[in-house]
Amino acid sequence: MNRAAIDLWVGLFVALGLAALLFLGLKVGNLSSTDVGETYALQARFDNIGGLKVRAPVKSAGVVVGRVGEIRFDAESYMALVSLNVDKRYQFPRDTFATINTSGLLGEQYVGFEVGGDPDMLKAGDTLKKTQSAVVLEKLISQFMFDKASGDEGK
Amino acid sequence: MNTAQKLLRQLGHQVTERLWRLGFASRFLLMTVLYSGTALRRFHLTIREIYFTGVLSLIIILVSGMFVGMVLGLQGYDTLQRYGSSEALGVLVALSLVRELGPVVAALLFASRAGSAITAEIGLMKATEQLSAMEMMAVSPIARVVAPRFWAGVISMPILAALFSAMGVLGGYLVGVQLIGVDEGAFWSQMQAAVDFREDIMNGVIKSFVFGVLVSWIAVFEGYDADPTAEGVSRATTRTVVTSSLAILAADFVLTAFMFRGI
Repeated sequence: MNRAAIDLWVGLFVALGLAALLFLGLKVGNLSSTDVGETYALQARFDNIGGLKVRAPVKSAGVVVGRVGEIRFDAESYMALVSLNVDKRYQFPRDTFATINTSGLLGEQYVGFEVGGDPDMLKAGDTLKKTQSAVVLEKLISQFMFDKASGDEGK
Repeated sequence: MNTAQKLLRQLGHQVTERLWRLGFASRFLLMTVLYSGTALRRFHLTIREIYFTGVLSLIIILVSGMFVGMVLGLQGYDTLQRYGSSEALGVLVALSLVRELGPVVAALLFASRAGSAITAEIGLMKATEQLSAMEMMAVSPIARVVAPRFWAGVISMPILAALFSAMGVLGGYLVGVQLIGVDEGAFWSQMQAAVDFREDIMNGVIKSFVFGVLVSWIAVFEGYDADPTAEGVSRATTRTVVTSSLAILAADFVLTAFMFRGI
């Protein structure tokens, strides 16, 4: 086999490899989706973040508008300090309400934004004032049981 | 007393022998890297080897990738539909291929398809004294024979692994969506939501690069170190496949432990 033919085959091989990587990145992976855009950071304090993980989505009206950047424990307020990287294209009012929700019954947890009516918008570095913690299933069940028990007593 | 002494001596001999070989192999790798100037400057030498190791492994990699993906589609659907989450089939197929099966199975196939061929070729060159003849002509066999084959393996491996994963995803798509009838939109969109380019795909590429270095290193070393007889070459070829398979799986565990520990 002569050199030109070998060069051609190897060139084809490398091009195929790059095409495969491109396919993996664009069609299989998330390179084509929104979170590659510029982001700005917001802070939120939660009493309990449940099973929230770094890189979990931030959704508003069900649409992904950002990702969870960092989760720390705030030793002064004994709360979880979560930083949220929100897409620069989207602005949210100052009284936006951050909740931790679960997609499906056993699905992953995400931060949901309930948009308020304040005319002023949140800027980079701002802290969300109103938050709601994750629902801890054990607490919910025990609360339900206690309610039931006390209700029976009252009768 | 005497047998105990003998056993201990045998153990010591085994350990020093292994260590000596490992040291020799490491020095050999260092020499290969140091002498790769020729392989990289006269790149057509390496391109020729990429043809023999990479391009000729293409068929087996593509076909195996397709079948692995198709099997994942069938098995994954069977399990997922019990929990009513058959839409997650795309996630299952893509993540298992991109993170693990792509790099590992492609490397195992590469070791048996190309690694053994490299060992046999270099071993036979040694047995027929072609390597000595080169040294007589003041041509370094490491620069002329070993380094191009080593770099060809290192370059081919990530490409083959990426092709394996891509074919696997296509196979999973064919079985899952076309044959079984999982919803196409959910298949792709859940996959895209779950697979991260940097965390999953690039880590897979890094894995396959490491496996490429390991397989090529073991293959050229075993060939160069083979006893210059027909039996020696055959034993070296076997050792290449066995050692590189073990090295791939062990390195995969270590790399996975570092990459996907969770937070």
